[in-house]
Amino acid sequence: MTEPGSRSNGDKTAADPPAELSLADAVHEVEQAEHDLRPPAAGPVTNAVVAAVVILLGAAALLGSWSLGVGSARTPDAGMWPFLVSVVLVVLAVVLLVTAKRTSDAERFSRGSWLVLAGLVTMVVFVAVVEHIGFEIPAALLCFVWLRFLGHEGWRTSIIGSAGVVAAFYVIFVAALSVPIPHLF
Amino acid sequence: MDLSPVIDGFGVVLEPANLLYCLIGVVIGMVIGVLPGLGPAATIAILLPVTIGLEPVTSIIMLAGIFYGAQYGGTITSVLLRLPGEASSVVTVFDGYALARQGKAGTALGIAAIGSFFGGTVSIVALSLLAPLVAGVALDFGPPEYTALALLGILLVSTVSSGHRLKAVIAACLGLLLATVGRDGFTGAERFTFDNLSLADGLDFVPIAMGLFGLGEILHNLEERHRATPAPVAVANVWPAKADLKQSSGAIGRGSALGFVLGILPGGGATLASLAAYALEKRRAKEPERFGRGAVEGVAAPETANNAAATSSFIPLLTLGIPANATMAVIFGALLIHGVSPGPQLVTQEPELFWGVVNSMYIGNILLLIMSIPLVGLFVKILRVRATLLAPITVLITLIGVYTVNNDVFDIVLVIVFGAVGYLMKKFGFDPGPLVLAFVLGSLLEDSLRRSLLIFDGDPTGFLTRPISGVLLAIFVLVALLPPVRAALSRRRARQP
Repeated sequence: MTEPGSRSNGDKTAADPPAELSLADAVHEVEQAEHDLRPPAAGPVTNAVVAAVVILLGAAALLGSWSLGVGSARTPDAGMWPFLVSVVLVVLAVVLLVTAKRTSDAERFSRGSWLVLAGLVTMVVFVAVVEHIGFEIPAALLCFVWLRFLGHEGWRTSIIGSAGVVAAFYVIFVAALSVPIPHLF
Repeated sequence: MDLSPVIDGFGVVLEPANLLYCLIGVVIGMVIGVLPGLGPAATIAILLPVTIGLEPVTSIIMLAGIFYGAQYGGTITSVLLRLPGEASSVVTVFDGYALARQGKAGTALGIAAIGSFFGGTVSIVALSLLAPLVAGVALDFGPPEYTALALLGILLVSTVSSGHRLKAVIAACLGLLLATVGRDGFTGAERFTFDNLSLADGLDFVPIAMGLFGLGEILHNLEERHRATPAPVAVANVWPAKADLKQSSGAIGRGSALGFVLGILPGGGATLASLAAYALEKRRAKEPERFGRGAVEGVAAPETANNAAATSSFIPLLTLGIPANATMAVIFGALLIHGVSPGPQLVTQEPELFWGVVNSMYIGNILLLIMSIPLVGLFVKILRVRATLLAPITVLITLIGVYTVNNDVFDIVLVIVFGAVGYLMKKFGFDPGPLVLAFVLGSLLEDSLRRSLLIFDGDPTGFLTRPISGVLLAIFVLVALLPPVRAALSRRRARQP
């Protein structure tokens, strides 16, 4: 795809590409430099597990569409199209499993993965309580956790920042745009 | 060619609301181009709820502005910090940063801005001439041609892009499956709804795009090790010298043409265009060793080409209804939300929308030229904003924004689920782009496949006997089989000493 977008915090210290470097090498080098900031590549076991999960997903879709009824080419039933797609999916996933040893573009789970989990938990808390106590408290909590623990900002920045963000959201969404998001006040 | 719809289109652009949203779009585009982290596809996805209250033409003008604006903004960090803000500015790093270290950052930025403006403008003119012709040809397309075209489009987008081809095609299959959730239009059967009422009408595009592109990307960035952003090099004079302009004029011309052509191809787009244009200039150069050491052509060519490609990638979307890349898939979704289905009828049935959007790009490019030359200092300052401050704000905008679409908490649940899925996909090397693209085309594709089978009275060989769908499917088979066959051949060669 043309927009990976996640090109954060590249590497300034990487050596400059010498002039005789080919273009492919140079691009590879820039990607490598960015890769240094990412967790290391996952091993063959992870790749095999990923492929197996895709096979299971495909198999489940296959059974689901079969039970919907496939019909015939002349009278296709509701399950025909998802059935065809699931067959392709399972075949491709089997190829992925067979070639799992040679793939190197998956990442290992790192200590940073716990941050991702914590980030997800703040969102789940938000959606669980927003209908009951409004968006203000869960939003402030989410913001604070992201700033202080996921972003390593100072306590003061985190507290003032989350209060400020929630106030701004209240003014924009509730006061100005009257968006019907559940709110406390 | 009848020019009156083109002129009416300018009338649409000059309406104050449209001008304002064009400005908002290009400013947002510049900003997210400068900031590493969110790409244009993610930003456009996150802003989808905002566009629902707008007129269709206004919202697409804004979203398009974000897309081509990001191509301008991405240059700034490439040149000043050696960090490409966008994938399409990766090659600009080599000569752009070399120029910056020689104290010629201003020259590099100026040349890039002028090249971008030229490439963008040439591409809009070419688009205006070519798009109605393509749409005219495609008007005769029936369901079989559309089926073949959509299949080929999805395959090309999945396989031409960088990254793992097989995984990209798998992602596309998942997208096609997700599109089948809900009530089947032909038989009325409930498919994969698990008796959940919220799923009966199918999955909405907005939470999927916002989750996979927006939240997925933010979560994925959380895992990056933090490193202090280095202070940017000071930018002095942005107006390039006449000698530099003269030296890069050839590169700008060739970059425009190459970018335009590569942008039209599905899966091509801005990144491929920038790489190809850089390679072309280096091959043509009398002293190729200058490249990588501060050759102005090395900045001019890719920056011109990525803008030309960003513009021309609207052609397949607006004339055939096939998005050429992930960002176009999100814009396709935005059009569908407004009840406009992009396709060959768009030029004739919605001329204000078509020409309004196309002509707004002239204005947008002028605004971007102003922002990139006299106001560049302002955007360099944005680099001081820390990503850690923006992440929670973006998350909250996403969670609240997705709720506002249907006032339904279930949509927040969906966006979080797809955020987690998007993170895992990126983690394990699956590009979420093909999934979103296939999802957006999924129901149309199934629809035309089943209609085709009705036309052919259940005989699938009918696809091969119609010339256009037959040729398209032949290309499909070639594209699908070529990479594995080549890989197998090269492995066999490697084994034989």
